Amino acid sequence: MGELLVQDKSIVVPGEEVAAGMDFLPTEGVYRDGDKLVASRLGLLAVDGRLVKLIPLAGKYLPKRGDVIIGKVIDVAISGWRVEINSAYTAMLSMKDATSEFIARGADLTRYFTFGDYLVTSIVNVTSQNLVDLSMKGPGLRKLPEGRIITVAPNKVPRIIGKQGSMVSMIKDATGCKIIVGQNGIVWLQGEPGQELIAVAALRKIESESHISGLTDRIKAFLDEEARKLQIGQSPIAHSASGGIVPQR
Amino acid sequence: MGYDKRVDGRKPDELRPIVAKAGVIKRADGSAMFQIGNTVAYAAVYGPRDMFPRFLQNPQRGTLRVRYNMMPFSGAGDRVKPGGSRRSKEISMVTEKALLPVLNLEDFPNAVVDVFIELPQTDAGTRCAGICAASIALADAGLSMKDMVSSVSVGKVGSMIAVDLNYAEESYEEGDVADIPVAFIPRTGHVSLLQMDGLIDKESLKRALEMGRKACARIYEIQKKALKERFASSVEVNSTDGNNK
Amino acid sequence: MNEFLKLHIVKWFEKGKRYDGRSLDEFRPVVVEYGVTKNAEGSARVKIGDTEVIAGVKLSVEKPYPDTPKDGNLMVGAELLPLSSPDYEAGPPNEESIEVARVVDRGLRESKAIDTKKLCLIEGEKVWMIAIDICTINSDGNLLDAAALAAVAAVQDARFPEYDGKVVNYKKLTDKKLPIARLPLSITVMKIGDYLFVDPSIEEEKVVDSRLTVALAQDGKICAMQKGGDAPVAIDDIGRMIELATVKAAELMARLKR
Repeated sequence: MGELLVQDKSIVVPGEEVAAGMDFLPTEGVYRDGDKLVASRLGLLAVDGRLVKLIPLAGKYLPKRGDVIIGKVIDVAISGWRVEINSAYTAMLSMKDATSEFIARGADLTRYFTFGDYLVTSIVNVTSQNLVDLSMKGPGLRKLPEGRIITVAPNKVPRIIGKQGSMVSMIKDATGCKIIVGQNGIVWLQGEPGQELIAVAALRKIESESHISGLTDRIKAFLDEEARKLQIGQSPIAHSASGGIVPQR
Repeated sequence: MGYDKRVDGRKPDELRPIVAKAGVIKRADGSAMFQIGNTVAYAAVYGPRDMFPRFLQNPQRGTLRVRYNMMPFSGAGDRVKPGGSRRSKEISMVTEKALLPVLNLEDFPNAVVDVFIELPQTDAGTRCAGICAASIALADAGLSMKDMVSSVSVGKVGSMIAVDLNYAEESYEEGDVADIPVAFIPRTGHVSLLQMDGLIDKESLKRALEMGRKACARIYEIQKKALKERFASSVEVNSTDGNNK
Repeated sequence: MNEFLKLHIVKWFEKGKRYDGRSLDEFRPVVVEYGVTKNAEGSARVKIGDTEVIAGVKLSVEKPYPDTPKDGNLMVGAELLPLSSPDYEAGPPNEESIEVARVVDRGLRESKAIDTKKLCLIEGEKVWMIAIDICTINSDGNLLDAAALAAVAAVQDARFPEYDGKVVNYKKLTDKKLPIARLPLSITVMKIGDYLFVDPSIEEEKVVDSRLTVALAQDGKICAMQKGGDAPVAIDDIGRMIELATVKAAELMARLKR
């Protein structure tokens, strides 16, 4: 009785009718209007039995408790730090959650973290008004050393990490780069110049092709090819991100 | 006497040629270009993000803030002085109201979604082009929306009821002219922008609005296509790429 | 502030590379398009990498300034539109946009790019006013050079509208071009530590110690300069920066119509 009006896994836009009939149930990114299910954002249609949802193609990070993310210190307040986290809202790291060390009242907080520092941190609380609290207490949570920061679409993070971290491990192994992927889409990298650019290109490739099957094989082939080119000094990516001056159109 | 043939040869219900593209401004969270005839609008969306000054924040829901602006060299005739005018302020306000009904901003209390509309080239219908571009940009930014918004001007030139008046028609002098910018929410057919200046009788107004609704349905398809192409193009290119390897 | 990024960028410089893989003296792809907006008497779009600006020229007939009764007027405006970057706000022009406008203005004015005497219609009464406005579409580094290049290209593209002595008819453009004497180009050379480089990305721009914008006329003469950034520079460095700017200006000049 129910009928899909667009093919599963196709791109739909807000207002587009995706299914008819009462058999299907709207979940994320889909709403019911009469006997129709309608998309409420730009995304890929994903039908799972009777459940219809959208995988978003764009949008900011929605903070979730327990997520390990990367954030940038943008302000030092009286009792803690304000941190930018690629979301609609900034987050707060309070003194008591920042370190197990005792911090005396009135101490210079910039000794711990200062403007422009990037932190691997975890979200401990999100209130109904979207106030986000962070903590530095936990394994792997720390201030990051110098490196490159890139931002990827937050909804692509699971694909970038891969099953049990397989995708990101593959990139690390192939390029020798250190890579940390925050759940909020902020990624930190550090490596040799040529290798680091290959790693960035691989991440971008995952971001744009994650919805096409055979992703792992394609990324592997890409990394092999780039490694080979880099070895013989031909990698266009490692040599230059964009090339020199091109002729006028 | 009367206006029985349009200056550019279009049929009464025919739109000028339209080009729409999503994702044209890299630094924005969402963006679009919408060209109709010789009117070109860019729109960029930033947010939801922290709202300043703080006293403007709404703890119940996110705020939509629109700024409509004509570039100094965009108009036929004199240079447009930068810095906004009463006209651009009013258009910013009605554009906000045209877009707001489709946006779900409940999840973003205190935050703001900024929409910046810029016109590098104008030939009538600028607020409508701006709304069309902004609607694509909002969807491109991944915001939760019940629907898109599509907009066009309708009106009466002499005795002819027509859609998408160009500048020459807006300034037609041999008879009455009514210029009516409208915006429709395509699914419901509800009107979220309605302004008018000029003279028109009630019966003609009804017919003009009906014509506008049909035209907006066509515009919606173009907006939809622009969004799909933005993501589909990378899919196609890359998948053939993948097959080669 | 931003030590995090700066350390990484400098580490790459030590290996002769830029953050995005370019060499230090390498521009991103530069594209110049002419005649991009119909209602301006002249216009151009310049893209340098992902940075995109549009410049438009509007011509009008005005009274000359009292101290230069035989010269046409020149005005340059720059709008760093909030559309083009999350860092820009709506509102009156800020320091950055005023600097862009004034640096472009000085390059054009001091190189005597436009023969303003030829813009005089009636001495002390009526002269042509050239208003050049530069608007940013996407602000992704090196706006100064992009703006200067776009302004020059828009001036090249411009044609006078018809004028009957009373009213300017903007609907009819003549074939007559602006009286261009020579073309100036601006190149901004950036400095971090001892490293000099051109065409900064937005990340690099945030961490530079100092910069020098050099406007050069076609004959290689320097016609305007602007030092920016917080750190002072040595005289020797200024020499090196001008050398690099001269080489790059010649490269960019090849992007313009003859």
